[in-house]
Amino acid sequence: MKKLVALVLSLVLCLSLFAFSANAEVEGVKLGVILLHDENSTYDLNFINGVNDAVAALGLSEDQVIMVRNIPESQECTEAALDLVDEGCNLIFANSFGHETYLLEAAKQNPEVQFCHATGTMAHTAGLANFHNAFAAIYEGRYLAGIAAGMKLNEIKEAGNLKGEKPLMGYVGAFTYAEVISGYTSFYLGAKSVCPDVQMKVMFTGSWYDEIEEKNAAQALIDAGCDLISQHADSMGAPTACENAGIPNVSYNGSTVASCPNTFIVASRIDWSPYFQYIVNQVAANEAIATDWTGTIATGSVVLTDVNEAAAAAGTVEALADVKAKLEKGEVKVFDTATEGFITVGGAAMTSYMADVDTDAAFEKDTEVVADGFFHESEFRSAPYFDAQIDGIELVNTAF
Amino acid sequence: MSEKKNNAVQEPLFHLSKRAQIQPWKAWAIRLAAIVLGLLVCGLVAFILIEKLNQKPEKITDFYYSFIKGSFSTKRKLWKFLKNLAILQCISLAVTPAFRMRFWNIGAEGQTLMGVLGCITVAFYLGGQVPNWVLLVLMFIAALLYSAVWAVIPAIFKAKWNTNETLFTLMMNYVATFVVSYFLVVWVPSGSSTLGKLKYGKLPSFGHEYLVIILVVALLTVLLYIYLKHSKQGYEISVVGESVRTAQYSGINVKKVIIRTMVVSGLLCGLTGYLIGAGLDQSVTTESVGGQGFTAIMVSWLANFNPLVMLITSGLISMLNSGAAQISQDFNVSGALPDVIVGIILFFIIGSEFFINYQIIFRKKGHEKEAVK
Repeated sequence: MKKLVALVLSLVLCLSLFAFSANAEVEGVKLGVILLHDENSTYDLNFINGVNDAVAALGLSEDQVIMVRNIPESQECTEAALDLVDEGCNLIFANSFGHETYLLEAAKQNPEVQFCHATGTMAHTAGLANFHNAFAAIYEGRYLAGIAAGMKLNEIKEAGNLKGEKPLMGYVGAFTYAEVISGYTSFYLGAKSVCPDVQMKVMFTGSWYDEIEEKNAAQALIDAGCDLISQHADSMGAPTACENAGIPNVSYNGSTVASCPNTFIVASRIDWSPYFQYIVNQVAANEAIATDWTGTIATGSVVLTDVNEAAAAAGTVEALADVKAKLEKGEVKVFDTATEGFITVGGAAMTSYMADVDTDAAFEKDTEVVADGFFHESEFRSAPYFDAQIDGIELVNTAF
Repeated sequence: MSEKKNNAVQEPLFHLSKRAQIQPWKAWAIRLAAIVLGLLVCGLVAFILIEKLNQKPEKITDFYYSFIKGSFSTKRKLWKFLKNLAILQCISLAVTPAFRMRFWNIGAEGQTLMGVLGCITVAFYLGGQVPNWVLLVLMFIAALLYSAVWAVIPAIFKAKWNTNETLFTLMMNYVATFVVSYFLVVWVPSGSSTLGKLKYGKLPSFGHEYLVIILVVALLTVLLYIYLKHSKQGYEISVVGESVRTAQYSGINVKKVIIRTMVVSGLLCGLTGYLIGAGLDQSVTTESVGGQGFTAIMVSWLANFNPLVMLITSGLISMLNSGAAQISQDFNVSGALPDVIVGIILFFIIGSEFFINYQIIFRKKGHEKEAVK
C-alpha cells in the first residue's frame, strides 16, 4: 500500500512538474489581458480563445497570464492596467476600441511596460514607444467569404431560382463605421469578382449585439428579395433568420453550422493567437513591438471556417484555396482600383481617396491611400479606414 | 367558532410574528450571521462552479482571501476601494431624502448619467477655449442643472397629477441612456460612438488623485445627516413620509416638499455625475454610471436611510464587488461568477432583514399558547 502511495505521489509530482514547466525562452514575460466583457460575448470569447491558444503554443505557465473581465471603457480601464502592472505584468493588452484613451494614461505612467491595444487608432500619432495598435486585415477574409457567396449566387442563377432579375445580397451591419464599411465592401467585391452583376443592400442595427434587431433586419432584407445574407454583428440573429427562411448565409466570427446546417456556407474570423504569440516573443527577446501590426491571411490572423458543403456551391473549397494563395502572394488585391468597372463611385473609377487615418477632433481626411492600382487598406495604421460608398451597394438606412 | 373545534385544529409547527422592537445588538448579530452564512453558501457554490477549486480544495482559503485582497492588498486597491465607496455613497445619499419621504425614486441612474452628460457637454464644446477653472465651474453648474431637471420632471407630475413616480423615474433612466447615445453620435462622426478621454476639464487633485472625491463625499455625508435629522426641511420630509394627511393638517405644503426634495436629490445626483465626469472618466458613455444608481437604492434601504450607516453598507457592497472581481481574476473564471457570488451574499443580507422584523415561534410542547415577547 505504501509503495502504491509513493508511486502515485511521485507520478503526480512528475506530471505536475511537466505541466508547470514553462518555456524558458518566454520565462520573463507576464501578460495581462483586459477584456470589455466575458465569455458570453462572441467578441471577447474570440480574444480569450486567442490567449489560450497562444499560451498553449508558447508553453506559458499559468501564472504568466492574468485576464481581467468586464472592464468598462472608463477610468476603470486605467485602474485595471495599473493593477496589472502592480501584479508584475510587463505586457498588457486591452481589447475594446473605447479602452484606448484610458490605456494610454497607464502607458504614459509606465514606460518600461509594453501596452498593446486591439482595434485602436492612436498608436502611430501618440508618440509613445511602449504603446501599440493591432488589427487584422479581415477584409481579406471577407473577400474570400464573398467569393463563396458569389459562387452560390451563380448556382442559384443557373438553376433559375433568383428572386429578382439580378442576384441580390443582403448585409446586416452594426454601425455605419469604417470597420463595417470596409467589411461589407470587401465582401461585396469578393462576390462581384465571380458574379459581376451582383448587387447588395445593407441594413444597420445600431448595435454590436442585438439578436432581435439583427434577426429583424435579416428578415426585412430577405423580404426585400435578397438571395443571400451576410452580417457584421455579434449575435445569432441573422443566421437564425436565414435558417428559418431557407436563405444561404455567410457568417462572421465563427461557424454557425451547428444551428444552421442547411444554410451556413462559410464564415471568416480574426484569430488573435498569432498576435499574442508575436508580442510575447518580442518582449521575451527584448525587441520592439510594431506600432501598428496588421495580421493577414499569411500570418494566420485571418481565417475561414470549414466550408459547409451541404449549402455551398460545388467547387467552393478549391476556388477559395486558389484565391487565398494569390492573396498571400499579393497577386490579388481586394480593393483593386485598376480593373475597369470593379470599384466605381458615382460611376467614376476610384483613382484617389483621402482617408481619415490620424485621429483628431475634427475627423480630418488626411492621407492619400490609393496608389499602384489599389486602395491601401490597413497599411497606414492597423485599423480599417475604407469608408467610401461604392456603386452596387445600397444603404437601406444608416446608424452611426 | 366553538371552543372544541378550535382545539381540534392543529397548531402549525411554527408561525411568524412581527417583532415590536429589537435591540440593536441583536439586529446586528442577525445581520452578521447572515453574511457568514452567505459566505459559506458562496464557498459551496464556488466548489461546484470553479474547476480549479474542485481540483485543489485547499485553495478555498484563497477564495475567501480574495474578498480582502480585492480591496486592501495594495495601496492602489485601497484608494480604488475608497473611491468606489465614495461614488456609491454619493448616489445613495442622493436617493435618500426622497426615500425618507416615501417617494420611490428609482431614477438615480438616469439622473446621475445626465449629470455626467451635462458636465461633459460643457467640456466638449468649451474645452481649451476658456480658462480651466471657468470650465470646471461651468461643468459643475451644467451637471447640477441637467440632473435637477431630470429629477424634477417626475416630481412635478407626481405633485400635480399624482402620477406613479416609480414607473416615471424608471422610464427616465432609459430616456437618459438614449439621450447620451444621441450625443455620442453627434459628437463622433466617424461612427464609433466612442468619445474617449477628453483633454480638458479635469478636476484638480492634491495628495492622491481620488482624495478630493473622497473628502467631498465625506463632507456631504455629514451635511445630509444634519439636514435630514436636525433641519426643519428634514423634519417636513419625515412628516410627509409618515403620512401625507398629517402633513397637510399641520400646514405643510406637500407639493412643495415633494418638488423641493426631488430637486435636492437631483442636485446630489448631479454632483455625483460631476465627480464621475470631471473627476474620473473625463468622458461619457451610456455605461458611465454602470448600474450604481440601482445599487444605491439597496445601499440606502439597508442603512435604513441613515447617511452615516450608509458608509458601512456602501463600503460592504464595494468590497463585495471588488472581491468577486478578484476571484474571477485569480481563478480565471467567467465574469458571471462574481455576479452570482455578490447575488448570494446580498440575498442573505436582505433576507436577514426579515428575521430582524419578524420572529419565528415554534409550536410548544404541552400545547400551551402563551404570548411570546
